[in-house]
Amino acid sequence: MTLISEVELSRRGLLAGSAATAVIAATPVAAAPLTQQQAAAAPTMPVRFKVNGQQRELNLDPRTTLLDSLREHLHLTGTKKGCDHGQCGACTVMVDGVRINSCLSLAVMHDGDEITTIEGLGTPDKLHPMQAAFIKHDGYQCGYCTPGQICSAVAVLDEIKRGVPSHAQEDLTVRPTATNVEMRERMSGNICRCGAYSNIADAMAEVAGAKA
Amino acid sequence: MRAFTYERAKDAGAAARAVAGNPSAKFIAGGTNLLDLMKIEVEVPTHLVDVQDLGFDKIEATLEGGLRIGALVTNTDLAADERIRRDYGVLTRAIVAGASGQLRNKASTGGNLLQRTRCPYFYDTNMACNKRKPGSGCSAIGGYSRQLGVIGVSGSCIATFPGDMAVAMRVLDAVVETVDGSGKRRSIPMADFHRLWGDTPQQDTVLRQGELITAVTLPKPLGGKHFYEKVRDRASYAYALVSVAAVIQPDGTGRVAFGGVAPKPWRVEAADALLPQGAAAVTARAFQGATPTKDNAFKLPLATRALASVLAEAKA
Repeated sequence: MTLISEVELSRRGLLAGSAATAVIAATPVAAAPLTQQQAAAAPTMPVRFKVNGQQRELNLDPRTTLLDSLREHLHLTGTKKGCDHGQCGACTVMVDGVRINSCLSLAVMHDGDEITTIEGLGTPDKLHPMQAAFIKHDGYQCGYCTPGQICSAVAVLDEIKRGVPSHAQEDLTVRPTATNVEMRERMSGNICRCGAYSNIADAMAEVAGAKA
Repeated sequence: MRAFTYERAKDAGAAARAVAGNPSAKFIAGGTNLLDLMKIEVEVPTHLVDVQDLGFDKIEATLEGGLRIGALVTNTDLAADERIRRDYGVLTRAIVAGASGQLRNKASTGGNLLQRTRCPYFYDTNMACNKRKPGSGCSAIGGYSRQLGVIGVSGSCIATFPGDMAVAMRVLDAVVETVDGSGKRRSIPMADFHRLWGDTPQQDTVLRQGELITAVTLPKPLGGKHFYEKVRDRASYAYALVSVAAVIQPDGTGRVAFGGVAPKPWRVEAADALLPQGAAAVTARAFQGATPTKDNAFKLPLATRALASVLAEAKA
């Protein structure tokens, strides 16, 4: 059993490491040593939020990111940790209907919020249309970035529907439509090391078309 | 990340007092830049005051015919506002040229003005950096400087201000409104908000400890055509090598500010006056006295060409 869990741990470590190196590292990262005083555990704080429709209560070290609260405390491991610095988008979830990087937000800042993760979009028995379209169009290879891609893709179509402007728009006064160029620009915060971008765009186009 | 205590402030005065009274306390709004830097221990606050409940999340008309943007209005909401899109297009264009959709959903107007440099030596705690650790030196000088500043920099720091939104706000002559720990309010023109590094690069802006941004006001609309031309290493989600924010009037006069080149959005009013003479005349004046490195000297002709592209489009 020890062996299995070690293998499992190293596999996870390797995956996380691979995802992190996939991100363009314009900013080298190095940690400084902790001081004695600050290394001590901080007192925990109560946090209440709704995750995928279910009310949850946690007591957390204020340092806990929303991402770590989901993965390590609520064991919702669908949401992935890639770079942990907002550069890769693997941790994308929706908070009050809006997509964010859960790695760059503290759990304590979300008291009272409603969070939707990949587990809340659909299940293997009842897929969300975007999940079904990703399968149909082969919108992934290794799958590590996929939960973030799907959460982002669902939110992107909603942003287009609500008329949120983007860099791809020629005329800011015209409502955006779900063209390939629009979707690619809006998905730029989700990096895919396997390069499944064109298939992701195809999956999104199908869902956008079905909605129209 | 080092340990800290956390509180969610109920009013602006209490928030400002809490941070003013503790030199290692910080405000947190969207947190997208601060938490990134806390993870690598470049930022080590011992107390965070969350300002998300302070209600500065509206965009309101001013008596002068402009707009007052609450400090907590997100980048997404600011860019999407009908009035901003119609009357201040340069601002929407600059915002949507920056970051990613996820980050713009969290990033606040006030926080965006305070984002710190992306100089790689500021991020790497093994390297000397006067901005991160005053007096330790500057590894960027003589180092990898392709992305760094060409003007307004000093012998102690050649970092740039990395943002896009503030470059558009500089062209629009926006004003930053603040309140401090004693309840005193002040209005700071965007031109004066960010500092040149000099000998104290650790201080990015003129804000004092505990001084909280409450709003950014825009004067009445300028009319004209609005442009934000951003040149970068990939088509989306990358910092500017050079950016040009411009408002050009039908007679060829106008205003221009440059991003990605200096410690602050770079605008020289005397260079604005040369716009009818073309891009080369403007940049010759705006970048007079520039001190590029061998690696980033390309930014000077790039700025001229980016502006030439804007001026050609303005005429079209």
